[in-house]
Amino acid sequence: MSDSNAAVAGNSESAITISAMHKWYGDFHVLKDINLTVERGERIVICGPSGSGKSTMIRCINRLEEHQKGSINVGGIELTNDLKNIDTIRREVGMVFQHFNLFPHLTVLENCTLAPIWVRKMPKAEAEEVAMKYLERVKIPEQALKYPGQLSGGQQQRVAIARSLCMSPEIMLFDEPTSALDPEMIKEVLDVMVDLAKEGMTMLVVTHEMGFAKQVADRVIFMDGGEIIEQNEPNEFFDNPQSDRTKLFLSQILGH
Amino acid sequence: MSKSFVRTEFHPDLPAPISEAGIIGWLRHNLFSTWYNSLATLLVFYLAWLAIPPVIDWAFISSVWEANDYKECKAAGTGACWGMIDKRFNLFMYGFYDSNEFWRPNLAIVVFMIAMVPVLFDKVPGRKFCVPFLILGYPPLAVALIRGPVEMSTFQSTTGIVVWVAMFAGAVFLGHRGAKTLNAAMSGIGYTAAYIILFVIFISWGLGLTPTETDTYGGLMLTLILAGVGIAVSLPLGVLLALGRRASSMPIVQMLCIGFIEIIRSVPLISVLFMAQFMLPLFMPEGVKFDNVMRALVGFSLFAAAYMAEVIRGGLQAIPKGQFEAADSLGLNFYLNMRLIVLPQAMKIVIPGIVSTFIGLFKDTSLVSIIALADLLLVAKQSYTDSNWLGLEHTAYAFIAVIYFCICFSMSRYSMYLERKLHTGHKR
Repeated sequence: MSDSNAAVAGNSESAITISAMHKWYGDFHVLKDINLTVERGERIVICGPSGSGKSTMIRCINRLEEHQKGSINVGGIELTNDLKNIDTIRREVGMVFQHFNLFPHLTVLENCTLAPIWVRKMPKAEAEEVAMKYLERVKIPEQALKYPGQLSGGQQQRVAIARSLCMSPEIMLFDEPTSALDPEMIKEVLDVMVDLAKEGMTMLVVTHEMGFAKQVADRVIFMDGGEIIEQNEPNEFFDNPQSDRTKLFLSQILGH
Repeated sequence: MSKSFVRTEFHPDLPAPISEAGIIGWLRHNLFSTWYNSLATLLVFYLAWLAIPPVIDWAFISSVWEANDYKECKAAGTGACWGMIDKRFNLFMYGFYDSNEFWRPNLAIVVFMIAMVPVLFDKVPGRKFCVPFLILGYPPLAVALIRGPVEMSTFQSTTGIVVWVAMFAGAVFLGHRGAKTLNAAMSGIGYTAAYIILFVIFISWGLGLTPTETDTYGGLMLTLILAGVGIAVSLPLGVLLALGRRASSMPIVQMLCIGFIEIIRSVPLISVLFMAQFMLPLFMPEGVKFDNVMRALVGFSLFAAAYMAEVIRGGLQAIPKGQFEAADSLGLNFYLNMRLIVLPQAMKIVIPGIVSTFIGLFKDTSLVSIIALADLLLVAKQSYTDSNWLGLEHTAYAFIAVIYFCICFSMSRYSMYLERKLHTGHKR
């Protein structure tokens, strides 16, 4: 069924296709006519002033927020009210949050094995093996038996990344992953994300870390007022912005 | 003085001054830290000196341990008449339950205590077996032991038996089909119905024991039955009601839950008990006989569930939205999210509230004496109005007060142990 959907849309190659998507909070029009196609393996950085709808947009992709108009197609599956489709999409789309949202009552290892065991029905031993592999990749295997409350912010965020990766997602969404971190911890999280990008993961990253955008992004998207204002390759985007709003934004964040 | 300063060696730890450490330090900090604190300390010591010796004298020194009636007690000493408790001990424990059958409630409570040990304490193995046993196996076993066969007219005709067997088969089929098609609601309803049918069939057989009359139940046994069933029903029902009350996507369920909780909570327990006593029979199909104890149990459990629901809702509201989102984003469905993420955290937060409700529930069982059930309180009252033991209310009430205290205090201590044990994330 997913194949036929994808064929109709004519985008069997792309990971995510958002077309003419609108969203309202009550009367407030937060997202206006969003059109975005993300290819497999593409790394996209989304930036913009606060309240511009960038977090809301990526949260629509795994249905943490519901869109009211237009369509979102993830990996060939149309996002509708059908709970089965939503669950399928959520299994394939990992998400990392600004405030980590680790489960405080479970150890780091249990945080990582929970979804593989209960959602993917993986045997416990195998899930633990996979979890340890990813904890090593984010460089904190030695913390596996601690509780999240015992870790620093940077460590918690790396656990959160490992937790998502344990579901072996096709796509990773990052919602301001470094905004709640102390400056000396930002780098350790960004390093993990850079590694991930180099391995070819499809990534959508909402962030203000322009260095990260320059280093790994294939495309930078600028949003303001609920609209996509401008998108371009990073070099072009930073050196030669077209819109006045983009120029103003860049001068504010790069100016100091 | 120069502005720059560099410390080159670390300062060693010195022992604390005597005013800060040891017994003197403790007394100073806790009992005599200020003049009003000192005054309060002295006052409390004075009051204790006034109160404790007479109590000890009454309970242990001038008390009478053996007597056949109140006159002997009065003659032998001025203190408590423990002889009465000794003579009427069975009444305090079992009410008028047939003394040849005491082994049955005894066995029920012993089995319960043994099965609870691994559940209460982590270090004892066997939890994997005991939890399902306590939830599924123990209730019918306890009913069968204490009550014996419950006579049900439907099992006396062949058609009745066929109908029940058919219902059981249907329920199992439904549950099985639900499990196969991953329909959690269908399998849940099917298997629950099958369990209830088995439960009914089992208690109608009642292990082949002699049936007992619920009118004869009394004393501590009745108190424990009421509190035990109330606790066992109110906790799961309270969870369901609390979740239902927050289910904004299902407005009708939400409305029913809010209605139930608010109506029950705005009515005194006594009136709920009276309602259960007089109204419940009106709603029951003809032929279903509800005895007094059963009616009290229904009223009691529903009342407790409404309070429990509000306590648990408090815990649910304390869970940050991010936890729900993280669980959603990992692909956990609603049921898994509640079971693995939300409820474990929410229940941990509200342990003090839950245990308070349990303790309140346990003490509220004494209200059933109003609908003529001989619980511990009524038995005590009957003791000192008995013509042999007139005027011994102090002794009777002191005895049941000690029982109530022991049970409630151990619940409260256990909750503190549980809180410490579950302490992981929120605070370091």
